[in-house]
Parts: sequence; C-alpha cells; structure tokens
Amino acid sequence: MTANWANKRGVGAGALLAWAGLALLPLIGFITENTSFDYYMYMGQSMLIYAIAVLGLNLLIGFNGQISLGHSAFFALGAYTTAILMNFGGWPYWATLPVAAVVCFLAGLAFGFPALKLEGHYLALATFTLAIAMPQLLKYKAIAGWTGGVGGVLLDKPDPPEWTGLSADQFLYYLCLFCAMVLFWLVFNLLRGRSGRAIMAIRDHTMAASTMGIDIARYKTVAFGISAGITGIAGALSAITVAYVAPDSFTLQLSISFLVGLVVGGIASLPGCLIGGAFIVLVQNSAQSISDWMKGTFALRYDVPAWAIYGVLLLALMYVLPDGIAGGCARIRAWWTTRGRREAQ
Amino acid sequence: MDFFIQQIASGLTSGAIYACVALGLVMIYVSTDHINFAQGEMAMFATYLAWAMINAGVPYWIAFGLTIAVAFFGGLFIQRVILKPLEHAPVLALVVCFIALLSIFNAIAGMIWSYTIKQFPSPFPSHDLFGNGLVSVQQLGVVGVTLVMLGLLTVFFRFTTLGLAMRAAAQNPASARLMGVRVAWMLALGWGLAASIGAIAGMLVAPIVFLDPNMMNGILVYGFASALVGGIGNPMGAVAGGFIVGVLENLVGSYVIGNELKLSFALVVVVGVLLLKPAGLFGRVIVRRV
Amino acid sequence: MVALLEAKALSAWHGPIRGLYELDLTVEQGGVTALLGANGAGKTTTLRALCNMVRRAGTTTFQGVDISRRSTEDIVRMGVAHVPEGRGTFVALTVEENLRLALHTRRDKAAAMRDRDLVFGYFPILQERLHQQAGTLSGGEQQMLAIGRALMLAPKLMLLDEPSFGLAPLIVREIFRILRQINEHEHVSMLIVEQNAALALDLADTVYLLETGKVVTSGPSALIQNDEALRKSYLGY
Repeated sequence: MTANWANKRGVGAGALLAWAGLALLPLIGFITENTSFDYYMYMGQSMLIYAIAVLGLNLLIGFNGQISLGHSAFFALGAYTTAILMNFGGWPYWATLPVAAVVCFLAGLAFGFPALKLEGHYLALATFTLAIAMPQLLKYKAIAGWTGGVGGVLLDKPDPPEWTGLSADQFLYYLCLFCAMVLFWLVFNLLRGRSGRAIMAIRDHTMAASTMGIDIARYKTVAFGISAGITGIAGALSAITVAYVAPDSFTLQLSISFLVGLVVGGIASLPGCLIGGAFIVLVQNSAQSISDWMKGTFALRYDVPAWAIYGVLLLALMYVLPDGIAGGCARIRAWWTTRGRREAQ
Repeated sequence: MDFFIQQIASGLTSGAIYACVALGLVMIYVSTDHINFAQGEMAMFATYLAWAMINAGVPYWIAFGLTIAVAFFGGLFIQRVILKPLEHAPVLALVVCFIALLSIFNAIAGMIWSYTIKQFPSPFPSHDLFGNGLVSVQQLGVVGVTLVMLGLLTVFFRFTTLGLAMRAAAQNPASARLMGVRVAWMLALGWGLAASIGAIAGMLVAPIVFLDPNMMNGILVYGFASALVGGIGNPMGAVAGGFIVGVLENLVGSYVIGNELKLSFALVVVVGVLLLKPAGLFGRVIVRRV
Repeated sequence: MVALLEAKALSAWHGPIRGLYELDLTVEQGGVTALLGANGAGKTTTLRALCNMVRRAGTTTFQGVDISRRSTEDIVRMGVAHVPEGRGTFVALTVEENLRLALHTRRDKAAAMRDRDLVFGYFPILQERLHQQAGTLSGGEQQMLAIGRALMLAPKLMLLDEPSFGLAPLIVREIFRILRQINEHEHVSMLIVEQNAALALDLADTVYLLETGKVVTSGPSALIQNDEALRKSYLGY
C-alpha cells in the first residue's frame, strides 16, 4: 500500500498509453454510424467525473487515512457553485471550474480543521452526518433564490467551438478528460514529493510521523482541503455535462458510490480511481440488465436494485479483494514476476 | 405557553425514539468499539416486517413481539456470519462493511415493499390525554414503551448473570474468557439486543413519520447526536442524550431556525460535541490507544 | 501420584516469534508446581499456551482428556482457573459482581454460594469491600480478588501468574500462606509462575527452571533449594 509504483520503470509509459487511448476514443465518432454514440460519450464523461471524485476521496482515505462519507456534500458544493455562477453571473463554464475548486478547497479546510481531532469511526460519523444534512440544506428556503430550492437549477449545455468540428458530447468528453489528466498529474506529483511522503506517513503511523517533525495538523487539514477541492471540480463538471443540479442528486448514496469506486478500483491506487469511476457508471447503466438476468436465472419475483448489487459487492470485496482491482492486478503481477525465481529454487 | 408545552411533549416523544436508536448504537460500541452505520436501516427493515405481519392480520402487540425476536436473531446472524471474519480488519474495512449493510437493507426493503410511503398503525389512540390539546396518549405511549424497555434492560444488565457476563466481556475480554465467558457470543448477543432495540425505535417512529425505506436516515443522525451528547460509551447517558436532543431539536426548530434545517442542527450537535466535549455529558474520557 | 495436567512438546509463538521450545511439563494431582526463570524465559507464555491463549503446538492433557484443541473458555470450564498476569480485574464492576461472574458458567448455584463464603473466609477484606468498584481496590486486594474469582470457578487446577507482582513483601507472604491453605484444604493443584524464587520454592513440591523458552532443569523443589550452584546462577540468591 505504498507508492512504490511511482518509482517503477514502465509505469509512466503505461499511463501515457492509457491516457492516449482515452483521448482517441471520441474519434470513433467520425467513423461510426451508431446513433447512440453520443450517449456513449456521455457515459464516458460520467466515468471521468466519477474517476475525479474518487481521486479526491482516495487522496484522503487511501493515502492520508482519514475516512470521509461526506464527499457527496463537496461534490454538491462544486456543482452548485458552477450552476449559480453560470446561471446568475453569466460566467462561461470553464471559468467556473477554478472557482468551484477554490470554494470546495476552503470548505474542505473548514471541515478538515474540526476533523483533526477526530479519528476513524468518529470522522466517518461526522462526515456521514454532513452527507445526510446536505440535501436539506440545499433546499433551504432562504437561499432558494440562488439554488432553486427543491427544483434545482437548469443550465445550458455549452456549445463546442466551431473550429473543432466536434459534437457537444465529444467536446465535453474532452473537457472532462483534460481536467482528469491535469488533476491526476497534480496528485501524482504531490504524492511523489516530500508532502506526499508526509501525507502517507501520517496514515501509516501518526505518532511516528509527528515525532519526525511532520506538522500533522497542517498536512491533515490541507489534505482534506485538496481532497474536497478535487471532488468539487468533479461536481462542477457534472453540473456542466448534465446541465442540471438538484438537491436530491447529492444524497448519502452519492458518497456511497464514491466509496464503491474507491474500494473496487483500489484503496491508495491512482489507476484504480479510473477503474472505479468506470465501474460506478457501468453498474448504474447495467443495473437493469443485471436485475433482469438475475430475475430470469433465479426466478425472482422482484427487481434487484443497483444498491443491493453495490452492497453485496462491497462486502465481497472486503473479504476477497481488500485492495481492489488495481491491488489484485499488482499481486498477480508480483506473483508472475517472482514465479521464475521460485521455480529456479 | 401552551405552544411551549406542546413542543416539550413532542420533543420528549422524539427524544424517546432517539434514545432507543442511541442505545442500540451504544450497545454495539461498548462491546466492539464500532459505530454501526446500518443501525437505522436494520430498524427500518424490522419495521417493514412488523408492517407485513400486521397487514396479514396478526394483532399489533403479537407482531411487535415477533418483530423484536426476529430482529434479535437477525442481529445475531449479522455479527456471527458477516462481521466475525473482519474481527481484526482495519477501521476502513468495517466502515465499508456497515455502509454495505446499509445499502443492502435499504435496497431490499425498496425492492420488496417499494419506495412509496405507507401508513403504520399505532397501538395508542391519537386523542388528547387531558382534552386540552397539550399531550396526546400516543406521545405518552411512545415515552412509556421506551421507559419500560429501559427498565427491562437495566434489570437484565444489573441482576442477571448473563447481563453481567456481557458487561464483563465488553470491559475486559481476555479476563472474561478466563472466567469461562464465551466472549464471541457475548458480542453477537450485543448485536442481537441492539437490533431488537432498533426495531422498537422503528415501530415507534413509523406511525409518526410514515414508513418508507429512507425513514431512518434523519433519525439515525439524531441517534448519533444523542449517543455523543450522552457519551458514546454510556447507556444511561445515551438515553438522557436522546431526551435532551429531542427537546432541543423541537425548541430550536420552532423558535430559532425553523423545521427545514433540523438535520443541519444535528450536524452542528455532532461536530460540536466531538470538538468541545468528546466524552459527552456523562461519558468517560476517550483514551487514545497508542 | 497421578498427573493432573500433562504437556508434551509444548511450543508457543507470539506472532512470528517463538517463545517456547518443546516443553514437557507435569502437574501432579494435589501438587504445586513452580515455573521459575528470568524475565522473558517463557513462563507466562507457558501458562497462556496451556490455556490456548496463544498460537501453540504439542499436546496437553488435563485429567487424561486431550485439551490441545479446546477453546480457552472450555478449558476454564473443565476446571482450570487462570489467574492472569496483571490480575485481570473488571475495574468497573463491583467486587460482588467480579465474584458473581463465575455463576455464569456454573449450574450448581447453591455450591457456588458456599464457595463464595469460602472466598470470604480466606479473604475477609473482600467482604468488607463487597459493593466497592473493583478498580478502587489496592494492588494486594485486587490480587486477592483475582484468586477469589478463580476459587469461585471451583477449579481443580489453578494457574497463577506472578501473584507477588508489585506487592509489598508482607502482603506477598500473606497471599502465599493462603495459597498453601487453599492447596491443602480445597485440594486445588497449582502451577505457579514466580520471580520471587524463595517463596515459590517454599510453596512448591516440583520446580521447572526455564531459560529462553527451554527447560534447564526440573525436579523436587528441595533438591533445587539445596543445589547452591543452580540457585546462584539461575535464582540469584
């Protein structure tokens, strides 16, 4: 569970290849006649957005060891910041992204500061409460003039610049991809450096880290802030791509989706965030088919909801693959590379 | 003045329910140091079972008792089968596990009974106690059931050897084992009791808020707040905390912030207590193990 | 004499570290056996391994029954009372509750009440402190409570882990006097781990000398008491 992968040769090339592959995907749109291609692009956007949100959460849980069940609240904050700026300020979509990041970073700092005194179960409890309280807070009448109350805010989907020749969904895909690449790169560098070592040292042994002169309070608060900021950007992107925000999209269940993505992809794994993001969207989209299949196979009387699948999956992963898909792959690779040596012995 | 008394009465009624939820949480916390995020959904699920039984023609109080029994074995089962293998797992794995249980219970309840809200009968008439519109029989009934349950639990833990063994197992597991106490089973028993207490909370609250799969979300948050106010390791404190939070919530709701921000009030209480007085009003100081 | 407890090739581990190497040990029916040795010799580990509280290997039989794979709770219920290192007091329970806990495993409630009177006979101070929280007792009183709790289990064998630990010499002597009485009058056999070798040698009839997880020598305590070289190099007096 350390960041050894950052130093291994070959990872850089692999990452470059993966991102290049993701960048080439929209081009299929120019050669395919498939009418649902735009919908696939939309799915791609969602996957990237979830990947960014999971990245934010992973920085906090996986690398810093602080458990948050409240990241849906920061996601909501990012989304509403963008929505309000676009709707009332007439801001262009791209200009709202840094603002959303800063607002969420500050909110994260503000919540991270009290979180300093809390550990493990207690932090989970406090953030759980935050996630439950958020939708009600967004519906609050006094701010309904800005937030649109229960109904939320409807936005215009931005048009792609004409010279690109891209469809709206292809363009938004690239927007998400660009943001994802920048953020992954930033986090990668953060973790590789001195601060990254400090952040992980706090996770592994808080007391030892503090005796080594690491300012625990500062690093934990800032980690909380950055994590919230990243998740806030994901929220902002979701407001732009969905072109709609409403309080009930940001419930505890959204936080649970992030957690699913985190655990499935792999705790403390950067590539795992992408896997996790893709996984969340895939399950949401195929929930109906999975449900139908299970109904047919096991002759069930009821539909099987996505949340039951998520829940069972979370449990199963805790038993068999506690370090997620990325961790599982790493173990298989380690087994494979040492196989020759074992046989030689 | 009448309005004030009404608020206190309804505060005590919610307080009784929060006390039950908090007590369930404390029961599990004391014996395992875990905070059970699925406590609310377990209670909700049990309440649906009661609803199904009552709909099938089972008399209310029989359904009430049966539900408590079923919840007990459900809790026992969850501890023995699902949580036992994760005994030595890190905190994150346990939190994930509780969240998974929460999702599963919520989803299954929605799958079987749908997400439309349902009426849940109350065994108590809703008319006034004194005919002056201040306190209803229903409110008195809720508080009464809670107090009876508390009395029974106190007797159990104080005067039976099984209750004593459970307390010993929670306090010093290694030493309890050397007295022949089967500690693993005591933990499971604690889960069973917590599930039963939760079921009572669910059945008491359902006539007030209506039954639906998300019914316990807000109430669980208030349960957390109550447990923390009372000191999370202290059962009696949890009950006192429940009543305090219930009354405060109603007063703050009607006089200060309005009903729309009640959940935010719970958030403020939770964060406030954790920051300012992590041991709660009646709890012992939480010692950090190194 | 008949062997009450017999361990053959007993080994034990603390996590990955081995603390005990193929120890053979016998406690006779009605006898008192002492395990002596320096810190870290494996004395406490031996007691824990006998009760299956640590990862262990080898066979243990108690009254001829193989208990190698029984759980700690089952071994206790068969009549092996372990008075643990640090006394294992339930600090938030009262003295009365500490003693009553034994009733959880006993069916013969009437006999259990007689045993309680027996405990009060040996340790009258416990009766005076009956409704006090056990955590408020002094070290010596807590040690008496620990032995009292063990007696309440109506044991055939008592495993005592350093009953003298941290106590004033006067109280230690008192406790050892009572232990001898318990052994003689209640016919409880004992396996005792001690740093205070002189006292333990007085009480015990058989002695095992341990060093780094292995038996150096064993035999009747009189023999060891009279072997000056052995006493000087291992027991320090």
